[in-house]
Amino acid sequence: MPELLPSKLREEIEGHAEHPETLIHVLRRVQETMGFISPASEAFVADQLDIPISRVHGVVTFYHLFYTTPRGRHTVRLCQGTACHVAGADRILTALSTHLGIVPGETTDNLAITLETVACLGACALAPVMVVDDIYHGLLTPDEAVAIVERALEEEG
Amino acid sequence: MIPKLSARRELDDLKQQELSRLAAVEQRITVCNGTGCRACGGLEVKDALIEEIGKHNLSGRVEVMPTGCQGYCQRAPLVVVEPAGIFYHGVAPEDASRIVSQTILQGDLVEDLLLDDPVSGKTIARHDDVGFYAGQQRIVFALNGKIDPTSIGDYIAHDGYQALAKALLDMEPEEIIDEILRAGLRGRGGAGFPTGKKWHLCHTQQAQPKYVVCNADEGDPGAFMDRSLIEATPHAVLEGMLIAARAIGASEAYVYVRAEYPLAVEHMRKAIDDSRACGLVGEAVFGTDFSIDVHVMEGAGAFVCGEETALLQSIEGKRGMPRPRPPFPAQSGLFGKPTNSNNVETYANVPPIVLRGASWYAKIGTETSKGTKIFSLTGKVANNGLVEVPMGTTLRHIVYDVGGGMRNGRPFKAAQLGGPSGGCLPAELLDVPIDFESLSEHGAIMGSGGVIVLDDTACMVSVARYFLDFTARESCGKCLPCRVGIPMMRDILVRITEGKGELADLDRLHELADLVKSSALCGLGQTAPNPVLSTLRYFEDEYRAHIVDGVCPSGVCEALAPPYRIDPEACRACDQCAKACPTGAVQGTPGAPPYAIDETLCIRCGACLEVCPFSAVVRQAES
Repeated sequence: MPELLPSKLREEIEGHAEHPETLIHVLRRVQETMGFISPASEAFVADQLDIPISRVHGVVTFYHLFYTTPRGRHTVRLCQGTACHVAGADRILTALSTHLGIVPGETTDNLAITLETVACLGACALAPVMVVDDIYHGLLTPDEAVAIVERALEEEG
Repeated sequence: MIPKLSARRELDDLKQQELSRLAAVEQRITVCNGTGCRACGGLEVKDALIEEIGKHNLSGRVEVMPTGCQGYCQRAPLVVVEPAGIFYHGVAPEDASRIVSQTILQGDLVEDLLLDDPVSGKTIARHDDVGFYAGQQRIVFALNGKIDPTSIGDYIAHDGYQALAKALLDMEPEEIIDEILRAGLRGRGGAGFPTGKKWHLCHTQQAQPKYVVCNADEGDPGAFMDRSLIEATPHAVLEGMLIAARAIGASEAYVYVRAEYPLAVEHMRKAIDDSRACGLVGEAVFGTDFSIDVHVMEGAGAFVCGEETALLQSIEGKRGMPRPRPPFPAQSGLFGKPTNSNNVETYANVPPIVLRGASWYAKIGTETSKGTKIFSLTGKVANNGLVEVPMGTTLRHIVYDVGGGMRNGRPFKAAQLGGPSGGCLPAELLDVPIDFESLSEHGAIMGSGGVIVLDDTACMVSVARYFLDFTARESCGKCLPCRVGIPMMRDILVRITEGKGELADLDRLHELADLVKSSALCGLGQTAPNPVLSTLRYFEDEYRAHIVDGVCPSGVCEALAPPYRIDPEACRACDQCAKACPTGAVQGTPGAPPYAIDETLCIRCGACLEVCPFSAVVRQAES
């Protein structure tokens, strides 16, 4: 039995019935609630918006911010923009990857942390930059980056 | 509460009210709360200041105003005390009590928060004397740092929506377009197409409804002026869009913001809601026949959506893939209807043009490129941040007069302009006046205005590889030249940086670059070879050093980097290098010099070189 979307979310999606132009918005709402977009969610959305599942899946896989697997409780997004690249973002990535034992795009086994790289976070003057759960951290060193991630885990309690 | 505005007189009355509200305060502390300053604790600084003001019973006499991004992000968080104009940088929440007790109450400076200006070498007390700002001409950024971006009243007090009133009540749509044409405004998103022409084409279309789209999908790595503009003055961008809508006859507008900019989304939503509440967005604005609705659409992470036809696909809820032109979006765009799309900065230029006139605007800039341009200045330059200067300003002015020169005194090697579609300009071109034409003549492009300054530690082959890596990853895959050609070029660059290149690779790169340039479907694909072409043009010797001599002159490419060595004379056995080394290659006992590097473990990352306080770590080749 595939997981069910909560009834409130189902109602919301039903409100977009036959408005395929709202697809990206709807998928965003699904992901906000469910954490990722499962095949069952894709099928439900396709049915409600009256479009083929292939189109839904095509959109889900086209955009970087849609996920098809469960996510960690915390998301660490490390900037790989030009300014960050020049400022040594690679070394921070190596430190985080080694510390967490995952490569970008992966989630730790205990579903605590998802590590991602992004093209540019637009805070270039503070390079190198990463965002942990929507909080920006700038002018990083590899040690600080690891410490910030550890702090996020400790605060979980 | 802001009243409903149904006539210009009411807008003028409200402006006077808001001006007296702002003037009622004796002193005002502005705290930058843009994304950059927030990352450095700007929100906590604001809260601490508000608490201090309360403690001293100064509420009502002293106001703490959170502003949008002020652009000097490197010195974040920024605090300015008005009307004296005292400029503090790197402020921490604990500094709040001293700012209030010393500066607000006694008019004294908090010395340790003053800026040691890299431009003049002096300690600066006043905002207007800060070299980073003094070298700029801020027209589009005029209000950044002066207003609370979430307050429509603040914007109206500073002549906000006066341009809209003028456009709706005193001008015909044709006259608006003519004004923009005569001003010589060109698109700030990259290609520099004349904005007035674009509007005219859309204006002449018969089909209805028409749409206005604001492209805020700022995806170029190294560019953040659009984020800053929406965060700091969302109403100015919105006002520009409303004027465009009037000019072309549109009744619906979309702001497409990339999802990586949550604060920009929040501020734009608030601006639209507030404008709707006071009747500036909605039915019969100022009692005219102009009606408009505005929506915010968040992107979902795709660089290619910055391309206008791809962006329109994305608004329609589809994969964001470009399509061939013609038809142009002005003829058949969003939902197949006439659509005008411009970049954030372009729209932000519109209200000042309408208000102050085309002839005023056309005096600024060069023959072919009018007005100012905002550059995101980053990299190895002393001052990082957003720089607004007239078109035709030289790179030297931007890097040395505004940027304060190179960081750590290293030599300037190149500036990368225009992101993944742009190119690298070498030191010989520092004195070329920058405008749309001069940049493309020299192999770069204006693009969105990213300027990344590189010093002698940068490897130009790696820089080219970095950008090709980026475009290869972000290619939407619709057309073959981009989907296949760019990865082929990237693979050649990877080979060269790994020491496996051959001289024939240089010809192959040229051939592939020409092919992709001439045959890719959209602007992003056509310009993707630029980083390769421009580095080949100015730094071919570096490519040759990699291929022929087997050396990466700057030591960036690990396979070709000369090994590191510790100078036994200079080493003080402080152990910092060993702590920094990720592989344990540095060995030694603290306090017992010298340390040594095990070459077989060394990965040439250079971490030891960076931390050594005694310059004891050297490259083998240097010794």
